[in-house]
Amino acid sequence: MPASKLILAVEGLTVSFDGFKAVDDLNLYVEENELRVVIGPNGAGKTTVLDLICGKTKATKGSVQFKDLELTKMSEHAIVRAGVGRKFQTPSIYENLSVFQNLELSFPTGRGVFGCLMFERTDDVVARVHEIATEISLQEELQLEAGLLSHGQKQWLEIGMLLMQDPELLMLDEPIAGMSARERELTADLLNRIGRDRSMIVIEHDMEFVRKIADKVTVLHQGKVLAEGSMDKVQADPRVIDVYLGH
Amino acid sequence: MTPAEIGGIVAMQGFAGLSLFSVLLLMALGLAIIFGQMGVINMAHGEFMTIGAYTIYGCSHLAAIYLPSSQPYYFPIAILVAFFIAFIVGYAAEFLLIRHLYQRPLDTLLATWGLSLGMQQTFRSLFGAKEVSATLPDWLMGSVKPSESIDIPINGLFVMGLTVLVTGIVFLMLYRSRWGLRVRATVANRTMSNAIGINTKKVDRLTFAIGCGIAGIAGAAFTTIGSTGPTSGSLYIVDAFLVVTFGGAASLLGTIASAFGIAQTQSITEFFLTGSMAKVLTLLFVVTVLMLRPQGLFVSKIRR
Amino acid sequence: MRTIFRTATGGKQGMISLAILAAVLIVVFPLFFDIFRLNLIGKYLSYAFIAIGLVMLWGYGGILSLGQGVFFGLGGYCIAMFLKLEASDPITTKIQSTPGIPDFMDWNQITALPLLWQPFHSFTFSVFAMLAVPTLLAFIIGVAMFKRRVGGVYFAIITQAIALILSVLIIGQQGYTGGVNGITDLKTLHGWDIRTDNAKYILYFVNVALIILAILSCRWIISSKLGLLLLAMRDKEDRVRFSGYDVANFKIFVFCLAAMLSAIGGAMFTLQVGFMSPSFVGIVPSIEMVIFAAVGGRMSLEGAVYGTLLVNFGKTFFSESFPDLWLFLMAGLFIAVVLVFPNGLAGLVGTWINRRKSRTATRTTQAAPSDGWQRGANSNEPDLKTNHDSLPATKPQGI
Repeated sequence: MPASKLILAVEGLTVSFDGFKAVDDLNLYVEENELRVVIGPNGAGKTTVLDLICGKTKATKGSVQFKDLELTKMSEHAIVRAGVGRKFQTPSIYENLSVFQNLELSFPTGRGVFGCLMFERTDDVVARVHEIATEISLQEELQLEAGLLSHGQKQWLEIGMLLMQDPELLMLDEPIAGMSARERELTADLLNRIGRDRSMIVIEHDMEFVRKIADKVTVLHQGKVLAEGSMDKVQADPRVIDVYLGH
Repeated sequence: MTPAEIGGIVAMQGFAGLSLFSVLLLMALGLAIIFGQMGVINMAHGEFMTIGAYTIYGCSHLAAIYLPSSQPYYFPIAILVAFFIAFIVGYAAEFLLIRHLYQRPLDTLLATWGLSLGMQQTFRSLFGAKEVSATLPDWLMGSVKPSESIDIPINGLFVMGLTVLVTGIVFLMLYRSRWGLRVRATVANRTMSNAIGINTKKVDRLTFAIGCGIAGIAGAAFTTIGSTGPTSGSLYIVDAFLVVTFGGAASLLGTIASAFGIAQTQSITEFFLTGSMAKVLTLLFVVTVLMLRPQGLFVSKIRR
Repeated sequence: MRTIFRTATGGKQGMISLAILAAVLIVVFPLFFDIFRLNLIGKYLSYAFIAIGLVMLWGYGGILSLGQGVFFGLGGYCIAMFLKLEASDPITTKIQSTPGIPDFMDWNQITALPLLWQPFHSFTFSVFAMLAVPTLLAFIIGVAMFKRRVGGVYFAIITQAIALILSVLIIGQQGYTGGVNGITDLKTLHGWDIRTDNAKYILYFVNVALIILAILSCRWIISSKLGLLLLAMRDKEDRVRFSGYDVANFKIFVFCLAAMLSAIGGAMFTLQVGFMSPSFVGIVPSIEMVIFAAVGGRMSLEGAVYGTLLVNFGKTFFSESFPDLWLFLMAGLFIAVVLVFPNGLAGLVGTWINRRKSRTATRTTQAAPSDGWQRGANSNEPDLKTNHDSLPATKPQGI
């Protein structure tokens, strides 16, 4: 089997808060175009890992290599510009702006002060917004104030905002939390679609959903990797059953 | 100048600094409790100090007219009265104004500034625009001379003693009393505190009122070192805020350390430069440090 | 070019509000008021620059600065220094111990013009300094604070401290700055006597022109992506950062903008009133300047001008007749603006207009894809989300 290129290499990543090691000497390798799901009990450090990768939290030790860049040395916005997108656990969208404006703000040009002043809403921009809006099933809601969307639609909007940035690595933190069964199905389709030409790390709890989307699963426990492999392998692993999946 | 004389001057400036330190610390304590624990910016805090000062004046006036024999004794009682009056006004202010603004620190800033303007005008209407002084009891006058070149005013020592006492009581109350426990619980996790039956609204009101009461005591201390006017509070308000932010808003120990540092820096530089340059340099120093280390000197390392 | 025109005027609603303001300032006031009162209005209008800056900084950026007096004063002092030097030529000052230097320096036993003052012999330099010095100071403060994520209340307190520092410094250094009296007795600008009625008329109209220019420029900025970004930053700063924007840079930009506007106001003040003193630099005046913007409406550029005029009219009227009452009124204003009408008068007007509009029959509000913000858009409808200017599209949280 030809070796796939690695897009993300996390090595020895450690962060401690006042002595408590939230993430402890973690190694994680994600290949290009892989859809990796990270699961684990609460407090295992899953969100913290995403925080460390996108720069929200500073690591105490270790390295995060994205393509050939060392992310631990970069600022948050630089990491975003390098091609990493992060979705937060609670939908982080601009509630008072319209769906269109939310998406437009995420368009990856004109990000400096001068760039913003000179930014023109060209046809390219409009076309891309429509394209993404259709992708996330919000094309009818473009003029609606984002705060009025349903919880599930807000999650999709945030994913859409990330898609506008066209990231090579997309990190989603519990994307289906609070969604109905139908919405979960649609989201699984969405993620599979967008995962075709980019790499993704998804944190989730719903095992059925995980099975639908995952290429590979990593189980975290107490800040360390407990098990890793295909969904079947992981679900059958006795340590995982013991700690997380229940008896 | 002989080394002894220089030493004497430094000591005296140091002691002068201690009086400033005491007033500043008392102001900052009240502010630290309100701001540090509750996140409320009280721009009217200086006016609560003035309430305390005017109360002392009022008491001394009343004592002189109705109970001239109580001259030596009225002072400690007046301090308690100052605490209570400031406490009551603070309680009312929290109920009428502050409680609507808890999630909005910038708005609280503006609203309490309005409150301070209103209070200043009230003082003007009640007591006149000119400064007044309380007649201090005899035992507060004069000074102690431990050596030839060192002259320590007694009122300075009294103020220091009062400050130590009040600081000690605040520490005890915050860390040993039920009220203190409730305050710290509410600050740490308001929702949970509500869920386990702590009436957080009452706790807030009480805390605010106590902070104002302490300011009232600061006002009492203030009357021993200066005269009182409607705008006396505004002399110390910015310094008090800087003391609190410099020390790290959540830390009482930090408040003490920063009040001491700031007061001493100003006092000692005042001897070598003009009063205004000393103030400018002290403020510049504090602002620069804050720019480099915005969280202040002492930070709580708890992950929120 | 057409795009710039359309966006700078802020669409139909923006154009109407600006036209009304322009009419009031250019036509109505000069017709109704004599030169003395017009000059007074000119003075108020110089304060309005600060309020406009605060609309950008506080209304849109969510950053409360309690030290705008610093920039107002610095701008004013730069121009005052130039004018003072012109008024202190050796012939006029020949009765001084040292002729050729400003009178207050003479009183302070200074015998030669300090180095700091030398460049202010040049008008070009003075104007340049008036614009550059406050902006540079704002830049330094901005970098020091915003790059370290200091904001909100801490930032407000530090701006207060800076206002205090500067006012104490100016008052303390009498020989260099004129002390607590400031720099007074200003007479001519390049030989043109600024004290005549004619000069006051001209300066008034220059002031009005600059205000309109300021509003147009700010509107252009607001209707660009930067304006949208400022609103987004107020709402969810983290999300903006994680969309690839360096948030600090935008805060620094808007802080410098507000500083420059305040400085221009200071310069116009000095020209129209003939002096500049530290009483405009300290904590109390700086907080008062905030109330001008708050009363008018912190999200409305024209509102800021009306608010400034209203509060200052009130101040002049009441302090003469009922001085005690005025201070209580001010106190009440601060509290009312926070509790009752956070979007100021402009907000109240906007709500009233909205109610009338919703009562009329269905309008053809097209859901055009280019709706959203003005740049390149056809929509002139005052939707809730597009017209940032006078409607409370985003409720200011006060944070």
